Amino acid sequence: MRLTFTVNGRQQEADDVWEGESLLYVLRERMGLPGSKNACEQGECGSCTVRLDGVPVCACLVAAGQVQDREVVTVEGLADYARQRAEGGCGTGACGTSLDDAKRWQSKPADGRTGEAGAFPQQLSAIQRAFIDAGAVQCGFCTPGLLVAADELLERNASPSDEDIREALSGNLCRCTGYEKILDAVRLAAARTEEAV
Amino acid sequence: MTTTRPLLGSPMTRLEGREKVTGTARYAVDYPVDRVAYAWPVPAAVARGEITAVDATAALADPAVLAVLSYENAPRLHDTDDRTLAVLQSPHIAHRGQFAALAVATSLEAARGAAAAIRVAYAPEPHDVILTRDHPGLYKPDEVDEGMPTDREHGDFDTVYARAQVRLDAVYETPPLHNHPLEPHAATAMWDGDDLTVYDSNQGATAVQHVLAELFGLATGKIHVINEHVGGGFGSKGTARPHVVLAAMAARVVRRPVKLALPRNQLAAVTGHRSPTIQRIRIGADTEGHVQALAHEVTTQISALDGFVEPAAVVSRVMYAAPNSRTTHRVTRLDVPTPSWMRAPGECPGMFALESAMDELAIACGVDPIELRVRNEPTVEPDSGLPFSSRHLVECLREGTRRFGWHDRDPRIAGKHEGRLLIGSGVAASTYPVYVMASHAEAHAGPDGSYEVHVSASDIGTGARTVLTQIAADALGVPLDRVRVRVGSSDLPPASVAGASSGTASWGWPVHKACTELRQRLEALGHSVPEQGLTVAADIAEDLDDREDYARHAFGAQFAEVQVDTVTGETRVRRLLGVFAAGRILNPRTARSQFIGGMTMGLGMALLEGSTMDPAFGDYAERDLASYHVPACADVPEIDVHWIEEEDPQLNPMGSKGIGEIGIVGTAAAIANAVHHATGVRIRALPIHPAVLMPPLAGARQASPS
Amino acid sequence: MREFGYQRVFDVPGAVALLGTDPEARFLGGGTNLVDLMKAGVERPALLVDVTELPLGRIEATADGGLRIGATVTNSDLAADPQVRRHYPALAQAVLAGASGQLRNMATIGGNLLQRTRCGYFADLTKPCNKRVPGSGCPAIEGEHHNHAILGASEHCVAVHPSDMGVALTAFDAVVSYETADGPGELPLAEFYLPVGDTPHLETALPSGALITGITLPPNPVAAVSRYRKVRERASYAFAIGSIAAALDVRDGLVREVRLAFGAVASRPWRAREAERLLTGGPASAEAFAAAADAELAAAETLPHNAYKVTLMRNLVVAVLTELTEEATR
Repeated sequence: MRLTFTVNGRQQEADDVWEGESLLYVLRERMGLPGSKNACEQGECGSCTVRLDGVPVCACLVAAGQVQDREVVTVEGLADYARQRAEGGCGTGACGTSLDDAKRWQSKPADGRTGEAGAFPQQLSAIQRAFIDAGAVQCGFCTPGLLVAADELLERNASPSDEDIREALSGNLCRCTGYEKILDAVRLAAARTEEAV
Repeated sequence: MTTTRPLLGSPMTRLEGREKVTGTARYAVDYPVDRVAYAWPVPAAVARGEITAVDATAALADPAVLAVLSYENAPRLHDTDDRTLAVLQSPHIAHRGQFAALAVATSLEAARGAAAAIRVAYAPEPHDVILTRDHPGLYKPDEVDEGMPTDREHGDFDTVYARAQVRLDAVYETPPLHNHPLEPHAATAMWDGDDLTVYDSNQGATAVQHVLAELFGLATGKIHVINEHVGGGFGSKGTARPHVVLAAMAARVVRRPVKLALPRNQLAAVTGHRSPTIQRIRIGADTEGHVQALAHEVTTQISALDGFVEPAAVVSRVMYAAPNSRTTHRVTRLDVPTPSWMRAPGECPGMFALESAMDELAIACGVDPIELRVRNEPTVEPDSGLPFSSRHLVECLREGTRRFGWHDRDPRIAGKHEGRLLIGSGVAASTYPVYVMASHAEAHAGPDGSYEVHVSASDIGTGARTVLTQIAADALGVPLDRVRVRVGSSDLPPASVAGASSGTASWGWPVHKACTELRQRLEALGHSVPEQGLTVAADIAEDLDDREDYARHAFGAQFAEVQVDTVTGETRVRRLLGVFAAGRILNPRTARSQFIGGMTMGLGMALLEGSTMDPAFGDYAERDLASYHVPACADVPEIDVHWIEEEDPQLNPMGSKGIGEIGIVGTAAAIANAVHHATGVRIRALPIHPAVLMPPLAGARQASPS
Repeated sequence: MREFGYQRVFDVPGAVALLGTDPEARFLGGGTNLVDLMKAGVERPALLVDVTELPLGRIEATADGGLRIGATVTNSDLAADPQVRRHYPALAQAVLAGASGQLRNMATIGGNLLQRTRCGYFADLTKPCNKRVPGSGCPAIEGEHHNHAILGASEHCVAVHPSDMGVALTAFDAVVSYETADGPGELPLAEFYLPVGDTPHLETALPSGALITGITLPPNPVAAVSRYRKVRERASYAFAIGSIAAALDVRDGLVREVRLAFGAVASRPWRAREAERLLTGGPASAEAFAAAADAELAAAETLPHNAYKVTLMRNLVVAVLTELTEEATR
């Protein structure tokens, strides 16, 4: 089939897609967006969490056919998505993150330079900044899914309790951090967003 | 030092954080590669036997399928020491789940479909997969790990134990445990003539490069292993694993790049795991709890393809003064998946047994468990007689006592209720050796005042890239933003594996050495950098040989408070505290995460994790993340971590000890000891599931009218 | 995974008709179980008929004061619904106790009823399983079975049904509505799941080709004081090793009405009718609760590694009914 759907605010098409292949495969192998990770392929770990029409889902369990004409947000589009949310939406239809932009973000080898200088043309979203600042990132493999889930939590609930956070993130497994810094990061992002309002 | 703020010991944020939060950090199968093909392995469906036929007809009927490989047609590999890497070389199946065939196709789904369509016929042979203490195949291995003697004996254990006033004799069991890093073992392999490039998820690019060179009969320089970002390993990626060999083999056959990411449910059989252990501990003590005789006898298993012998009794050669002691390891060879390293191999299961036994001894003697440990503090390393380079176990116990509020604890067993919950607390010690391995590094000064440091280190999530930048900038005496450290490629100066908690020391030392020498040479040049720059290479092999003889270990103390639901048998941890003495902490931010992450995995070991060997089929029943439970967010309570500032000049130029593993050592014992304090039920075989706790709790409920 | 076709449908008759065109077609809801089983090769449909766009996504009060829940309502929406939370709290609790946020966002209640067991042998094509390949054997009986059935099982299969939601629905006498090419039909949940017997591969009484269109909960005042308690090895995000849905109406120390259903003990959500019968009209005391539990569990047949479930379920009955008694008399 020809698959037409919106990825990170931009309409995308892919040809010769088999309806049965997973959304995760489409994103990673056809769109060149490998931010969403494949760690279990059965919805158990949350590493492939994306938003489908705004709702966090496991991309590994979504068939390509199911995303026809629908909207997907991945970790690569999170910064833009958050910015537009803050600005009250996208009036022009020309918002979003193009695939080229997302790929241009492709990391240079991480170097010793600190501060804002770097490969990113965009401001990070609050939750992305908080993950870095709180030290919530270790190996980074669970991070993209966690960011998408945590961002959606904060969208629904600007000042979540610890219980809210644990519940919202219960479908995202992390083997490195012990979760403490991840909780800290969500609290930090919530606090900063509140201050900014 | 010219910088205003000390770089070593500062909580620098992770350098690759931005890449990781934007999804742009590239892991092994994340690189855009043209004409890529996908491979999907077929696991053997017998526990032992011979492949009699491989029928690929149906699989090859799909035009998307490029090749089906099996022992019948796979390229021949050269032999290496590691027989798990001889993939598709023989019809013999050594354990269920060993690779029997491989499908390669132009899409992932076609590869998966082809793998399912391959018909492999077997001539099964009888198998033997269950470890017992009296297994007829038990033997005494030559050594348990490189340089670690299998048995040690001091004094006269039997006589002194027999005459001791207090005797403890107990058997502890730890189940098979699986590393399950979030990133499964994965590789992208590409050939260019005889040059092989692999993006591989591993803990040591140099080691993988060497073994691939051996297997394919090529010069090391022909192999390029890139592991820029690695999604965790915990030991299971410490050496080359079969997936990377398969990927390279498949790429050679189909003459295209090949991506191979192992499906999660195949990891348990082929990527290594922690062997089960059965540990008998006998302690003879006086009534004040002074240990006079200690025996720690370990029974464990390896596979028909060899594998790592879990050196669980080694901790009893380090921890406590025991004038008469015996530490032994016996192993049997079973038709099971091949065991390997998992976070703190040896120490982790060994300390569950020893520290549970110390708790039992404390209760038997009526001595506070912390006091008991203090009373048995040795002056030198008990087994070797060597002085400790530093040992602050008592300080850790004391500091933890204060922070945890241990003195408020009522020592009575099962004395504290909150409704139907029983509350208890427990303590255990932690220990892990200080290892350093020979590595190389280069430091380069550019004419523009920038510095590049190269070392084939692996950042598996530890923050290696970040701390090496701190070490380099500190040695160079320049701000952090002038230094760029490159890691994650075998094309960089060869370095050791990210394992044995040795990375920072093994890589940091040559980095420090190269940078220090570079700084001195620049000073000699009056700080004018030549036009082509200036490069200094360093190697620490001699420095390691020149070290004085000391017993070098990190120590710690862990405290746990648990609640046990008497209705359901569910145990939840309320609080965990770890206090560690691990040399100088170079980056408190990343270090704290290492400790907490280790303790969390220890919590998983105590309450959740453990695989069941299926006697009929010879595989582990828990092969995915739905059945093998790693801790989720809600399992992990408030975890607090502190460290004792330790100055130890006998370590390395940074004064650091490794911290990646000690966090998991002792946690399970602290929790099991807390469960005993809460309930009076002593669990000696992990994990502490409701199914285990329910029967004795029910007995206790009926015995005592509440 | 076998190549299969995929089609979205937008009306119920069209869905049923399309499914009828291919004996190997299957309805696709959230896909959280079906897609997983397709990857494992356990399910091999030729055509997936995606029903998530059907106009079955509403939760409505019925004229008699019950609730009608459309089949494509997601677990998340069901758990969040104010009417469900007020009138059937155990149902909302049960749904929230299952899976994770991501999965609840995808999973539909129709699919939830039809989910398959998580028995490891069922999902492993290299091993025998009577549920997957009738007559091949049940290795769980001699093998790994610490979370297998103690009630209603047979020598042919000891697998348990994994649903949390179904346990609460069973306690509240839910009725499943479906549509076939011959017209609509209804099945009380009590008759929806078939006994295991020697046909563990036949799981439901749903006619061939039927599409679940919704679930009706009859008006049930007793359900307003109800509770779901799930016991699991991990604190969240794990299947139950034992669970209970209970509702209780106590007046003057006597049980006027009680509903009791068990999860993770049988091939279907287990309505504890014997216990209900014994309790009704009797004292609301711990002793009575224990006696009722013992009566219900008298039929339990245990295996070496799941005998703990008898104690667990007995404890749960006493604890949860005691809590509800306290709640009712507050």
